Parts: sequence; C-alpha cells; structure tokens
Amino acid sequence: MAVWARLDDVCVRYGNKIVMQNLSLDIVEGAITCIIGLSGAGKSTILRLINGLKKPDSGRVFVKGEDITEMRERDLIDLRRTIGFAFQFSALFDSLSVGENIALPLREHTKMKDAEIRKIVGETLETVGLANVEDRFPAELSGGMVKRAGFARAVVTNPQAVLYDEPTTGLDPIITHVLTETIVKLQERLNGTAVVVSHDLESIYLMADYIAMLFEGAIVAYGTVDEIRKSPNPIVQQFLQGSEVGPIPI
Amino acid sequence: MKVLEDVGRGTVNAFAYAGGAAELLGDALRFIVGFRIRLRETLDQAYLLGVQSVSIVVLTSLFTGMVFSLESAVQAVQYGVGNLVGGAVAFSSARELGPMLSAVVVAGRTGAAIAAELGSMVVTEQVEALQALGLSPTRMLVVPRLVALLLMLPLLTILADIVSIIGGMWVAGIYAHISQESFINSARQALVFDDVLKGLLKSVVFAAIIAIIGAYQGLQTRGGAAGVGKATTGAVVTSIILIFIFNFTLSYVLFGTS
Repeated sequence: MAVWARLDDVCVRYGNKIVMQNLSLDIVEGAITCIIGLSGAGKSTILRLINGLKKPDSGRVFVKGEDITEMRERDLIDLRRTIGFAFQFSALFDSLSVGENIALPLREHTKMKDAEIRKIVGETLETVGLANVEDRFPAELSGGMVKRAGFARAVVTNPQAVLYDEPTTGLDPIITHVLTETIVKLQERLNGTAVVVSHDLESIYLMADYIAMLFEGAIVAYGTVDEIRKSPNPIVQQFLQGSEVGPIPI
Repeated sequence: MKVLEDVGRGTVNAFAYAGGAAELLGDALRFIVGFRIRLRETLDQAYLLGVQSVSIVVLTSLFTGMVFSLESAVQAVQYGVGNLVGGAVAFSSARELGPMLSAVVVAGRTGAAIAAELGSMVVTEQVEALQALGLSPTRMLVVPRLVALLLMLPLLTILADIVSIIGGMWVAGIYAHISQESFINSARQALVFDDVLKGLLKSVVFAAIIAIIGAYQGLQTRGGAAGVGKATTGAVVTSIILIFIFNFTLSYVLFGTS
C-alpha cells in the first residue's frame, strides 16, 4: 500500500484550544479514506493540513513523500492545483454562473480554448449528474445540486486526489445516496485518492476503503470498514452506535 | 497596570494592522507591475465602484461648492473683493474639496462595499476556495478593485472639481450678483494646472487607501454576519481617518505654504 499523504506527530492549536496533539495518520494512495469524529474534533483541519491551507504548530505533513510543512507559498499553489477540494457548503463563487465556477481553474491554469473548456465543463457536470445548468447561478440551485457543482469544480482539472469536507451533511437520504455514489464514481474515474470527512455512517460504509476515527486530538482507530465496525474500542463503538453512554463525554 | 497593558496591546495591534495592509498593498503592486491584471473583472469593478458613485459625488460636490460660495461671496462683495470669489472656489475645489470630498464619499460607499463583499466571501469559504484552487485572492479579488479605484477616483475628482465650481458660480451669481465672466476670469487667474495635478495625485493615494483598507478588513473578517458588519464599519472609519491624515500630509508636502 503506497502512502499518498502522511501526517506525522502533528499538533494544532486554535488560540488556547488544542485541536490535535501528536496526531499521526497515513492516507493510502488510490483509496477512499473517511475521517470520522465528533463535531469540532478537527476533522476538517486534517484536510486543510493536507493541502497546505493550514500549517501545523509542530509536526510534519508529507504529500507524495514531499514535506509540505515549510513549503513556500508558490510551491503550495502548485501542490493545490493537483488536489481537488469540495467544501462543506460548496463555496461556489456567487458572482459567477455554475459554468464559470467550474471553468475557473481551467481558465487560470491552462491555455485551453474557450470551446474546449466549455466541452470539459459540460462533461464534468454530466459526470456528477448535472446537465444544462452552466448558465444558472449558485443561488438558483438546490442544496444537492450545489454540492454536485462543488464536486465538479473540485475534479474538473483531473487532480491526483480529492478532499471532501462533509459532502452529505444536511441533505435528504436520496440525495445523500446519489452524492455517495458520485464520490465513488469520481474516484474510479480519476483513479486517484479521496479523503472524506463525514458524520454520515451509512455513506461511509458504502464508500470507504479505510476509516480513521479522530478523538481528542488523536487518531484512536484506523482500519477497513469491517475492522472499524468490529473494533473493541469503546470510544469507536459509542460513536458508531450514537449512544450517550460510554467514554465520550456529552 | 491594566491601562499599560491595553496601550501596549493597542500599539502592537496597530502595527500589525499597518504591516498587514502594507503587505497586501505590496502583493497587489507586484501583480500590477507584472501586468497580471484580470481585465474584465477590473472593468466590472470600475463600473460598480466608480461609475455608480457618480451621482453621489456630483450631489455632494455641487452642494459643497454652493455653500462655500454662499458663505464667501456675500462677504467678499461687502469688502469689495467679489472678483476674487471664483478664484477662491476654484482654488479650494482643485486642491482640497474635490479630492477630499470624492474620497470620503467613495470611502463610505465603495470601501464599505469592498469590505462587505470580501468579508462575505471569507465567511462562506469562497476565499479559501480560491486558495484551494491554487489561485491568489490578492490577484483575483484585490487587484481588480485597486486598479479600478486608481483609475476611477481621479476621474471622479475631476468631476467633483468641475461640479463644485459650477455650483459655486451659480450661487455667487444669484446671491452676490457676481457675473459668470468675472467668476470664470477670477478662477482662471487663481488656478494653475499644477494645483489640479496635485489634487489628482492626492486622489490616487486616497484610492489606494480605500481599496486596500476595504480589502484588508474584508479578508480579515472572522465570525459570520457580525464579523462582516464589524469589518465594514472598520473599513469606512479607518479609511476616512487615513484620508484626513494623508490629506494634511500631502497638502503640506505638495503645496507647502504656497
């Protein structure tokens, strides 16, 4: 199993609050790794550490074997171009149409002609199950459509990996299922790596190759879906069962 | 001790703010010098920030020119120097009123708009999305607004100069019976091109202040809608204070005691 990204002994603080303490985690190349944990545990911070949007207070972060902790901003920009990021609330630019949103990385990073860009945008939107919405604005789309447009923007440049921040939160079960299948389909299409932060256990069981559980600033469990579901760790079991009784304080 | 702590913290914060804003300006200038400017976005911003400010700049400068003339013309005629009113209005409009008024009005309208828009983009993760796409928020968001204001504020200042002189001339005619010819002759004698040029130089500095402070406050926004409100107010207050400080400094440097 090749490692695509590695967090090594990472510590992160927000003010006085310690979010991660000596956290280490390997992200396997070519697989879907899901990160679970309580709200506010720092799951989204892991995604931001991997693409260099956040620097750790101590420890090191490696992507494809390269230490990105002390990387210059210019090199980080190059790194980020190879990693797609689907935000929790999609973060589409509301002054641009859906088509312009998805075309933006192609316009800025490539020398493609307009017609070629339009063709790729249309194809990418079709891949995520959205057709003929190029001219609409994000405010005119439903929650599920906005999420899918966010996925399309994240994958339009064919990145080596895609980071998904809570991709199904707040959506109905049918759309949740559609989005979960879309993530799997995109990962197969890109033949790359995916890291998904989510609370949605049903979706995670459907798509995950590996699950890592974050609790009190450290990874307390890591394994395949079966291994995690059968984990003897009482923290993992309490979280999976959604129980109020157990070692996790409410 | 607490007072000393507060003073110390305030001083550190003020230097951090100045350093952050200067760094943003430096970054933006690097893109401008390298001609890495998004033309379409810049033109859109020139329309939004500049053209749409025309009516408010015209109104404020018209009434200020009128009131300036109203206060001075009647007195001047009483002392027998009515032929100097045109010069006084034109001189003060080109050197002070035009650049200052248009800058303060634009700071209130446009500085607030820049801070609110960028602040909203921060809280909805759109700025972080730009970074995640490998794009620079400075180039994408700050440079178009800065260039647009650097182009538009001097034009608005010229407009403010003209409108306030016309307002002054109209009121001088009605209340002090100073003829248009006398007013214009006086203005021509008092005003030299250098005054207009230096007034425009001021407006370029004010444009940079409004754009950079608005953008910096917006990009520093934290904490949802309340944060956006705070950033917007901060942008307007800080810009206006800096405009007054720089206006005095520039007047001193450019005009001295002339």
